[in-house]
Amino acid sequence: MSNKPFRPDVDAPEYKGGYSPYDIIKEGTIAIVIVAMLTLILAVFFGSPDEKAVTVKSWSNANPIDFAQTALEELNGTSGTAGYGAPYNHAAVGQKLGPLTLGKWVGVRIPINTVSDFIVKPLESQPALPGLQSALAQWNGASSSTQNGWVTSYTNAAPKMSYTNGQVVVNATNAGPVPVMINDLTQMARSGALDQALITGSGYYTTDYTKPLLFLADSEYFGSLADKQHLTGSQWGMMNETGQYPGQAWLWLYTFWYQIPPFNSSANADVLIWGMMMLLTGGLLLIPFIPGLRAIPRKTKVYRLIWREHYNNHE
Amino acid sequence: MSTTEIDRQWTTRLRKRATGKLPPEKLLPDTQPIYVSSWIYVFGVATLAALIVVIGTGVILAIRGPLWWHQSFIGHFVNSLHLWSVEIFFFAMIVHLWGKFFMGAWRGGRQLTWMTGVVTFVASIVTGLTGYVSQTNFDSQWISTQAKDGINATGGGAYFNVLNFGQMLMWHIVLLPIAAVVLTGLHVLMVRIKGVVPPYEDEKKVA
Repeated sequence: MSNKPFRPDVDAPEYKGGYSPYDIIKEGTIAIVIVAMLTLILAVFFGSPDEKAVTVKSWSNANPIDFAQTALEELNGTSGTAGYGAPYNHAAVGQKLGPLTLGKWVGVRIPINTVSDFIVKPLESQPALPGLQSALAQWNGASSSTQNGWVTSYTNAAPKMSYTNGQVVVNATNAGPVPVMINDLTQMARSGALDQALITGSGYYTTDYTKPLLFLADSEYFGSLADKQHLTGSQWGMMNETGQYPGQAWLWLYTFWYQIPPFNSSANADVLIWGMMMLLTGGLLLIPFIPGLRAIPRKTKVYRLIWREHYNNHE
Repeated sequence: MSTTEIDRQWTTRLRKRATGKLPPEKLLPDTQPIYVSSWIYVFGVATLAALIVVIGTGVILAIRGPLWWHQSFIGHFVNSLHLWSVEIFFFAMIVHLWGKFFMGAWRGGRQLTWMTGVVTFVASIVTGLTGYVSQTNFDSQWISTQAKDGINATGGGAYFNVLNFGQMLMWHIVLLPIAAVVLTGLHVLMVRIKGVVPPYEDEKKVA
């Protein structure tokens, strides 16, 4: 027999009490029936949300200026995606966990070049449009410094952009082919052709929506729709869903950190919160081995409420 | 073949080990210790029951494919059943988890039971997320574009791309359900092998 001392937070006392009848199959069957009924009742009364997906077509028709401005940001490198860093490009170091730049270490694994992938290649997939082919030839034949000069000229004039008679109008001088490219991309988007071009870049069959989703997420329009549905980061973000539904309520702790300082203003919020959640999850996993933490249930005595009949019968 | 030879067979050894650890009366018990009498015990079996409903409704959705529920009244209703069974599953699981915490359910060599439970909880969260981003609607667009930043910041987004619908759907309907079911199976087997944790020593008595 072992002479080890009894450790109340690790060892369990030997049970010498009685036993009562227990029909595990009956209990399981009843549980399934009750849960299925409850599910049925909730589904009948509350249903489930299904807000239609936004398309580049619907976005550019609802707000052509926002589309054209976002396209310009993709072209001049100021969009969220263009300046993202890993895993899409090398434009930024990315978030830091202390000295660790985890995203950068993994590198660019899903390469996205916003100029090429969002603007030039989709335009090149278009059938011959008056002016577009020569504009693309001009763009592709120019040096990068010339391209930058055109884009800068257009960007400087773009705050006064208008959408008049179905055309994107910017009074820019020395902008080369950029006005044609932005306008034709907007027409392409409004027709629905850009949605297709963004997903079929790598072949006929596809299930990867990385490009159109990144493009969409760079817009103000997409964020404003989410804001109306109370889905933005400051509104407890992704744990919610459209309508009055509980969403992923189990993510409350993860989402909670985004609401408070220093995380709500930190440029490294994501990696800090992920790091902390990993630590907390590791702590939860290893509670049985952590002195102090594993003593909490014994010291708080909530167990006396759970097993109150047992203790009442033994007092 | 001699008896010794039969005893040495992998199959015989596995059977003996399995039935030794988990004899039928432990696997499907017909009695339980008297202390197992609290509402908190309901939430473990409720989690299992909800998992069965989640998988059942998910299978129906899988039969008709990921877009069916947008196009059909019945499909939308099955989606609603799937959603609410998931909500019940998580509610029951979280109450079960905290109940087990306050019972110190890892005591008496039950550490692995606790740990498989926590890992199942984490796997379920990832399964839930992949489901939300596979809905092919506005919710999936918004949730995936938000979730990407957290995962990308850890470097994980390079391999687990929440914007890739096909990848997320595969994880949601194949890889993670297998993980969740295997982990749940292990968890339940461990509970059956070790039994339900007994109450703490009555400190009034000890004193």
